[in-house]
Amino acid sequence: MTDLLIQGPNAPADLLIRDVHVVAPRERIDGRHDVRVREGVVAEIGEAGALEADTAEIVDGRGRHLMPGFVDPHVHLRTPGQEHKEDLDTGTRAAAAGGFVAILGMPNTDPVVDSAPILRSLRDAAAREARIPVGFLASITRGLDGQELTEMGELRVEGAVGFTDDGRPVVSAGMLRKALQYQRLAGGVIALHEEDPSLSGRGCMHEGAVSTALGVAGIPSVSESTMIARDAALAGYEDGRIHIQHLSARESVDAVAAAKAQGIKVTCEASPHHLLLTHEDVRSLDTRFKMNPPLRTEDDRRALIDALRDGTVDCVATDHAPHARDEKEVPFEQAPMGVTGLETSFAVLHTELVRPGVLSLGTLIERMTAGASLFDLPTPTIAKEAPANLALVDLDAVWVAGEHGWESRSDNSCFAGRRMQGRVVMTVAAGAVAFRERAFTLVGS
Amino acid sequence: MRHLISIEDLDREGIERIVAQAQRFAEVSDREIKKVPALRGRMVLNLFYEASTRTRSSFELAAKRLSADVVNFAASGSSVEKGESLKDTILTLGAHKPDAIVIRTPWAGSAELVSQWTSAAIVNAGDGKHEHPTQALLDVYTLIRRIGSLDGANIWIVGDVAHSRVARSNILAFQKMGARVTVAGPPTLIPRGIEAMGCEVRYTLDDLGEADVVYALRMQKERMTEAWVPSLREYATFYQVNGRRLGSRQVLMHPGPVNRGIELSGEVVDSPQAVITAQVEAGVVVRMAVLYEILAGARATQSAPNLEPQPA
Repeated sequence: MTDLLIQGPNAPADLLIRDVHVVAPRERIDGRHDVRVREGVVAEIGEAGALEADTAEIVDGRGRHLMPGFVDPHVHLRTPGQEHKEDLDTGTRAAAAGGFVAILGMPNTDPVVDSAPILRSLRDAAAREARIPVGFLASITRGLDGQELTEMGELRVEGAVGFTDDGRPVVSAGMLRKALQYQRLAGGVIALHEEDPSLSGRGCMHEGAVSTALGVAGIPSVSESTMIARDAALAGYEDGRIHIQHLSARESVDAVAAAKAQGIKVTCEASPHHLLLTHEDVRSLDTRFKMNPPLRTEDDRRALIDALRDGTVDCVATDHAPHARDEKEVPFEQAPMGVTGLETSFAVLHTELVRPGVLSLGTLIERMTAGASLFDLPTPTIAKEAPANLALVDLDAVWVAGEHGWESRSDNSCFAGRRMQGRVVMTVAAGAVAFRERAFTLVGS
Repeated sequence: MRHLISIEDLDREGIERIVAQAQRFAEVSDREIKKVPALRGRMVLNLFYEASTRTRSSFELAAKRLSADVVNFAASGSSVEKGESLKDTILTLGAHKPDAIVIRTPWAGSAELVSQWTSAAIVNAGDGKHEHPTQALLDVYTLIRRIGSLDGANIWIVGDVAHSRVARSNILAFQKMGARVTVAGPPTLIPRGIEAMGCEVRYTLDDLGEADVVYALRMQKERMTEAWVPSLREYATFYQVNGRRLGSRQVLMHPGPVNRGIELSGEVVDSPQAVITAQVEAGVVVRMAVLYEILAGARATQSAPNLEPQPA
């Protein structure tokens, strides 16, 4: 089988990061150290100030934290076919700016990634353009139509990390069952966007008091949770492995917890926007708050935070979904679903959850890297001999999201204009420097 | 008041001011020459993305009675059909420097959105299923003329509340004026969480006798094909306001156009309790008051409008 992750050409880094606070919860490191990266590999972790300078670039780590780089298992790179929203270059640049060292692209492109030749050409493009390692999921059904299974076995041989019809549910239980059976041949996680179209209808926000006041059709929470319960039962019956994408409701958390308690192989993710925003934010009908699943109630938000803390929610995923400005500059009901998220994910969760003491920094780092192992990818680690996958973060830096523009081609961020504390200043992905904060000093002023 | 986008833009005092102004204009409407020069030289643009006869003509008549220039722009047969976005349409029409844009669209929030793209004052003539504030104002006006005050009045809004912008604006406006509002209709057409707007919910008309005012909503035939109700026949059985259900002291309202035999029986439409024609009549004077408030409001607070007939 080919490598699941692929990236463009890069130069292995030689760095000496001096006197930096290393936080690596899995390795139980939480203290000041010098970290030497040689030829893209963590060569030495020493006492702060103890490592001798060699020819490598010296990075001043004082006042900064060094973490294992983040992994996002849910990104829309919009390539092929919708490069006006995002492409492999801009998407991976945005990811690197957010401290990510690996991301997984969704197959709902145009054409859909549903055959080996399309996957192959996409991976070829990534081998030229991707700034950080990228993996791709292929679709479960051809054209996301829910009618015919893709050639899952062949797609897997070509490097599909897993399978998903993301953006749409697999409506037919029988179709999902066949995919779960075929998973025994192909391997790869089946990731599911859960929604019952007969319940969500034409809805474009959470069904509740706010949708009622606005006269906008709603999507009830049970549209998601009933499908999770159904699909967990199918996965249990076929002994398959499923990953539930972007949980949004308390009922969904309960459904996943119940499935996990039964020993079903199910994992799940939550997005920063579902963890931090509610349907009250939609009152303005600002299209930057339109996404699927929709923002729900404060109670749902609290349930997601509790689940993230206790591990029912396994990882954070952004569901980074770029859209061009003119596509979003329309009335709410006409706007496409989706918001960007790569460049704000860590910062906004650090600001809103870690700083107020709701979540520990260690848990946040753990949940922002856990996506890797859920998809059979190596988990970024800070350990001797490990490939350098690092995020250097200034936890005190205060900035306003979007104030200097975005690396992403699109600017549909639901956190734009929000004050954040904590900024990624450097990202080392698969041994190469993928992002560096651009610092300009005005001379003579 | 810069725009009228939602009933939330007005407090009780603001609603009363518009009602009082509408009464002054009503006196003018009874004259032989109905036109006043209050908005001479101002331009009002009617931009309708949805079919509308009464609201559009009512705004047109209101603007003309105030001597404003009126331009009507319907989305069908225009550049909109060639794929022009709402934003570009507004920017293009904005180049003609309208003083006010009266806009109706099938999308919630569009009036608010449009107000960000133009310096013209915006009057929301219906944004999706969200709001229809001038309808609520003319309903308040009609009711005040009929029953004097809404304070303590018990108003029932009956029918398809889920798909009604009239219901949403009226719930807000009636409550601001001191009325208690109950919504009643089939459970499939009463949206979840409507209690949060401060109204009571009933699924039968058994207690309709409590109401001082019965406000019936239009029941659209599409609701049956979309399976919101099993049949219009059954709907009429349970929810039609008819001679059996309507008491002689109750006031009957309807935003029009009426489906006789569905939400209302023919005899109640023609009954003395019905103020449906008065609502239509109120439409013009209330919209005159709204346009006047928005385009001449700052001056209006200092002096009464010039109601002298225009020289020919």
